[in-house]
Amino acid sequence: MLIFAIARVIPGDPARIALGPNASADQVAALRERLNLDQPIVVQYGRFVADLLRGDLGVSLYTNRPVTTDIAQFLPATLELVLVSGVMMVVIGLPLGILSARYRNSWIDNLVRLVTLLGVSAPAFVWAVILMLAFAYFLPLFPIAGRISDTMTIRTVTGFLMIDTLLAGDLRAFSNAAWHIVLPAFALALSGIGQAARLTRSNMVETYDKPYIEMAQSYGFPERRIAGRYAFRPSMIPSLTIIGLDFAAMLGNAFLVEAVFAWPGLSRYGVAVILRKDLNAIVGTVLIISAMFLIVNVIVDLLIAFINPRIRYSQRAS
Amino acid sequence: MTAPTLLIRDLRLGFRGYSGLIEVLHGISLHIARGERVALVGESGSGKSVTARIVLGLLQNLKSARISGLVAFEGRDLSRLSGRERHALRGTRMSMIFQDPTSSLNPVYTIATQFHEVLKRAEPGLDLAGARRRAAAALADVAIGEPERVLDSYSFQLSGGMNQRVMIAMALANEPSLLIADEPGTALDVTVQAQTLGLMRDLVARHGTSVLFISHNLGVVREFADRVYVIYKGRIAEQGPTAALFEDPRHPYTRALLSAVPRITGGGIPDIEDASEEYFAPLVVHEGFGEPEGVPA
Amino acid sequence: MKRTFAILLRNPLSLLGLVIVAVVVLSAVFADFITPFPAHAGAVVDFANFNKAPEWPYVMGTDLVGRDLFTRIVYAYRISLILGVVVLVLAVPVGVAIGLLAGYLGGWTEYLLMRLTDVFLSIPPLVLAMSMMGVLEPTLTNGMIAVTAMWWPWYTRLVYNLTRAEKEEGYVLAAEIIGASRLHVMFREILPNCVPSIVTKMTLDLGFVILIASSLSFLGLGVQPPTPDLGSMVADGAKYLPDSWWLTVFPGLAILVAVFGFNLVGDALREVLGAEQ
Repeated sequence: MLIFAIARVIPGDPARIALGPNASADQVAALRERLNLDQPIVVQYGRFVADLLRGDLGVSLYTNRPVTTDIAQFLPATLELVLVSGVMMVVIGLPLGILSARYRNSWIDNLVRLVTLLGVSAPAFVWAVILMLAFAYFLPLFPIAGRISDTMTIRTVTGFLMIDTLLAGDLRAFSNAAWHIVLPAFALALSGIGQAARLTRSNMVETYDKPYIEMAQSYGFPERRIAGRYAFRPSMIPSLTIIGLDFAAMLGNAFLVEAVFAWPGLSRYGVAVILRKDLNAIVGTVLIISAMFLIVNVIVDLLIAFINPRIRYSQRAS
Repeated sequence: MTAPTLLIRDLRLGFRGYSGLIEVLHGISLHIARGERVALVGESGSGKSVTARIVLGLLQNLKSARISGLVAFEGRDLSRLSGRERHALRGTRMSMIFQDPTSSLNPVYTIATQFHEVLKRAEPGLDLAGARRRAAAALADVAIGEPERVLDSYSFQLSGGMNQRVMIAMALANEPSLLIADEPGTALDVTVQAQTLGLMRDLVARHGTSVLFISHNLGVVREFADRVYVIYKGRIAEQGPTAALFEDPRHPYTRALLSAVPRITGGGIPDIEDASEEYFAPLVVHEGFGEPEGVPA
Repeated sequence: MKRTFAILLRNPLSLLGLVIVAVVVLSAVFADFITPFPAHAGAVVDFANFNKAPEWPYVMGTDLVGRDLFTRIVYAYRISLILGVVVLVLAVPVGVAIGLLAGYLGGWTEYLLMRLTDVFLSIPPLVLAMSMMGVLEPTLTNGMIAVTAMWWPWYTRLVYNLTRAEKEEGYVLAAEIIGASRLHVMFREILPNCVPSIVTKMTLDLGFVILIASSLSFLGLGVQPPTPDLGSMVADGAKYLPDSWWLTVFPGLAILVAVFGFNLVGDALREVLGAEQ
């Protein structure tokens, strides 16, 4: 199913990219020949799929290395950032939404709504700059840039520094890496936190009008449990898809935050290859990110099936 | 004389909205003695359901609601209780059955989980296994043949009649002294509704539970209730024993209601067109069925 | 319409939103008259006054070639708003039409159109726009094209879902029974009922288009110098943090304030019109 879905994504991209108007014609014509772009799209597509199935994304014109090697080098840093942000989004955003819905139309609700609306009202790079100025320069609580202090050397195993440091048993390095990731991850997470909280609130407010919540209240179920379980869980069914999309959007927004915090992730590579019109690398990067995007969506679908018994049972039956 | 299970005297309710205070209840009085089944009958919007919610203490926390008058439950004035004390009564001493049983059960939790939550109201430390045993017994009481299967089901997997029985079992599980039934089973078809109501009547009779039965269905009321209060636009129009009220309706509104009902099927009240000034005529009380005097402790 | 407006004016937050939107729009329209140095919107240098912290008459300071930051921000609003409006004018009709067709006609049309939409939705929006900018020249026009390409599917989804719900309504069946044409049913019966949701989304989106466009130019993939743009101003200024903080903070806040204003209004509209997504 996944492969089918990925294959569905591809036809648009290489074709669209190949058809784009070209800057310096001679250069590009040569480049086209080298990349077989002068051949019919169907042939290109066939070759591309064949290569893809062998795990070959071609060679980057920018680094002169296989695109897969480049991506393997830069991806973990981006993923680590996105995952930490995703955790922040869920751990901060959902409780805020629940709080807001439970005390709807009170001052708590208004405050949460105002703050979360502010959160979604600025792109991640603006938050990155503001947070950096506030908490790295004026109040030097956090480091300004990078993933870990230069003095530390960590053997790369997974590429995820927070995992590698733990594998190495180096707690000092782990906390150093964690300390570095806080600001960029929070900057990246802010709009997601806002979205998640707003969505959770609006769906829960709707759920609060359902008869089964009135039933729970008239039987005196504790308000905390109604908010945290009986109203929250049904509300998550419509929210989860969108929260998944927001999480996946972080893969793109990570580019913005990485640029500000000099985070050595996919961003610099991605922007560099885009500016150099390095087709193989662009396609590779987009492909990888789309694959991540799809994986996130599959996970979300599984989660929805987990919390929604209706889906669980209809699937078991079929 | 022991205090009645429920005593309401001169209850008024208004909602503060954009256009000032909107009065919903204009001072209604009613009482329910122990083990008595009392019906509150009226068209939609007449104030039946808000009365039930005030008794349960659900409207008291609403900022826009203005409530005055006495609501005493087992001799205790609810307005003198703290929010916490009112909360403690819900689900233990009083419980409620709703209009649409299927949508009143949470769609993402099994019946067992919800039953567990209900039983924990009376017995906070109860574990899941213990709850299942008690729940299975309660379900058997409402003539459910396979309680174990039902416990592991979700509301959407069960029929409306089955859900209604589950609701009745839950409502009576903690042996409340007052059961409020708000248009029970209106969403079900007529035969199923009749079956479950029969079941409910037998159970409350066995447990000695008092019932406040809210309905717009006169046929059902006639079958179920000992006494009837007819409510019209936030005022009680007529009150009396069921048989007397149906045979000798004295208030113009009650008469209009009864003549509007298709006799044979005894279906719901069609909204009576042309609200008449007559309907605001003063309260009619059938002899010997007035409100009790005196103030509860 | 009048009633909607009256309700918006009564709520302090939506009033704030309206005020922000009005200020942003009016300042963009009358930029030539309200900014102290209209010429600074272009390629001007004034090395006598370069890199100045905020001081009169440079209320927000000057950039590295001595241009007034306030002037450039106001002109950048103008560009952003033009971009936002153009993107929505292009994307909304396309998205709405496709959503209506897919939702109402069903069958193969539905399958093809919705798969096409899914293809676009299966790439993170910013990455899609970025990769398009990668092959196109980074200009304002191409920026609009790229953002439009990522924007229409959301309207397709919205209208598709609405249409599928409306299709079952009595008034649609009634129109079909009296023999109304499909086009009539789609555009004269169903579409008007989708309008509140579409308008609400457009208000919110005007803010988000500004946000995405600034993100693109922040990465150097959008509007090019010397045209003033909030995103590229932040990007340029970020190199000079923390000393020349005004270079980044004011354009950044400018984005925040404008998008916040549109969001406040959009949110209030959603509540008033009862349009749920």
